[in-house]
Amino acid sequence: MASRSSSSTAAGGSDSPQKPTKTKRTRRKTRKARAVGDMSRQMGESHRRFLQTMMVSGVIDEQAAKALYQYCCETHHTQYAPDKLEDFIDIINSRLQPMFMQIRKGMSEDNGLQYYALVNMAETDITRMSSDYADNELELFRKTMDLIVCSENGKASSTDILNSTDSMTTRKMKKSETEHLLSRLVHDKWLSEKRGEYTLSTRCIIEMEPYIRTMYQDHVKVCHICRNIAFQCQICENPTCGIKIHNPCVARYFKGKSEPRCPSCDDFWPHEIPEVKRPHSQSRR
Amino acid sequence: MTQRKRPSSTQSSSQRRHTGNLVAQDEDDDVAFTQPSTSQVDQKTAEVVQYFLVKDQKKMPVRRADLVKHVVKDYRNIYPEILKRAARTFDQVFGLKLVEIDPKNKMYILVNNLETPDKASPIRSPSNPKMGLLLAILSVIFMKGGVVRENLIWNTLKKLRVDPGEKHEEFGDVRKMVTDEFVRQRYLEYVRIPHTEPIEHEFRWGQRADAEVSKAKILEFMGEVSLPSRARLHLQMKLRALMMVCVSDLSFMNRTPRPGLSSTERPTPSPTPARPPPAAAAAVRDNHATASPAFFLFIVCDREAAPAAFC
Repeated sequence: MASRSSSSTAAGGSDSPQKPTKTKRTRRKTRKARAVGDMSRQMGESHRRFLQTMMVSGVIDEQAAKALYQYCCETHHTQYAPDKLEDFIDIINSRLQPMFMQIRKGMSEDNGLQYYALVNMAETDITRMSSDYADNELELFRKTMDLIVCSENGKASSTDILNSTDSMTTRKMKKSETEHLLSRLVHDKWLSEKRGEYTLSTRCIIEMEPYIRTMYQDHVKVCHICRNIAFQCQICENPTCGIKIHNPCVARYFKGKSEPRCPSCDDFWPHEIPEVKRPHSQSRR
Repeated sequence: MTQRKRPSSTQSSSQRRHTGNLVAQDEDDDVAFTQPSTSQVDQKTAEVVQYFLVKDQKKMPVRRADLVKHVVKDYRNIYPEILKRAARTFDQVFGLKLVEIDPKNKMYILVNNLETPDKASPIRSPSNPKMGLLLAILSVIFMKGGVVRENLIWNTLKKLRVDPGEKHEEFGDVRKMVTDEFVRQRYLEYVRIPHTEPIEHEFRWGQRADAEVSKAKILEFMGEVSLPSRARLHLQMKLRALMMVCVSDLSFMNRTPRPGLSSTERPTPSPTPARPPPAAAAAVRDNHATASPAFFLFIVCDREAAPAAFC
């Protein structure tokens, strides 16, 4: 990591030239990196190109990330080790941290694949979207999120969303405005839509996870297998158990098991076990 | 729609709220500083960077006055240092260049600093038809020597089936997009021609276009024949024919392209490998008034990742 030398116009008595906004963990990592050899932690053109692509795309699946990583290294004649994507991203993240931005990883609830998203960590609030959406649009988005989080299947129907405009406190939205907003939210990758039902997009979940955990701590479901927040999931029907498992986590956990049993209470798992989905080249979220 | 930039006061409180690593900041806050600590300078730098990135998303230039008023605030005495560090961050972290487009009014934009790679990215970026249309306009202006009466642009667009008088399916109010949005973004200049009745305007390249699109590359781009998908082939043929009609005078072709402030290139438009620049490049060198026509490419083009320029 390139350390910036303190400028002469800054406070003369300043000590470390390093960025001050470091957690203990980052500090430990930096020390370790320095021990290994600083050159390996330098940010180069390949990292910048990767970051620029993330800025344009917002979110990409793991396979695309690996291809992009390779492409960036090859374009800028940087040493490329196929299994070092995480390290590569770490270097970028270490430089993004002062701006409260990160490239974070998360699982899609639809296909179980891992995705990388460039997220804004500065606000734990929905206000991160505020430069693009009006007050009443944000309110409607919050209401949609309420519906999704509190639902059993992690979905909100367009009817329910339209009905929720009745209780808006900001300027009410007409039906056409609501529909237009929803399609914008889908286009901007905050929501996903299938057959008139809306779910939180993978990018949204990755970015809003801390906010959701805080705001909905009583309602939010957590996957028993991977420990991340869960919306589209299966629930154990034992009333004393009731654990939740993401659909893709169900697929993976119960794969090949002739008699699926709840990992917590050992009751028979009554739900249909989905198939494990394979990555395909055109997946985009 | 509300257009809000992220208020930095909200930032500092939320920073304090959930990032324990900013303890130092709390201590510094009460100190009457004439000499800000490195951490404060770094933090202000980070805020400036964030502010720019949000503004640049909309392609709006950033005014120094706004920057100082909304972000730098009490640290205005070290504004030059903060800006210098921000520029360094853009360069080192994002591969972007901070460019002053208006020395008098102190306005800045972000421009892509990464060179155009030979091979196309494996990631298909979302295509932006507005940029394609803009490029068509820029090319016409360029081919006519840098300034063009507005009627030529409107006629060109009409022939490309983008009628400024009608509401367009994709672009909406075309006239507004071209004379207002593109102008505010500093891609175009739209200036009244004095003593015209009825009032006429002329178009020129704007400062952002100067910085982001090097004219030498426009020539190369126009000359390049990319292999389009079958669906676009028809459109491309049509465009070529139309452009030949629209632009007849090519005598300026030997003019030295104005040095762009950056080396930002037009991205290679198609995922399929582009053929090497063929006859058109030779046409440029030949430089005859009625030389071979410049070729235009499609209005909707796939872009490579060039976020600062064409997000």
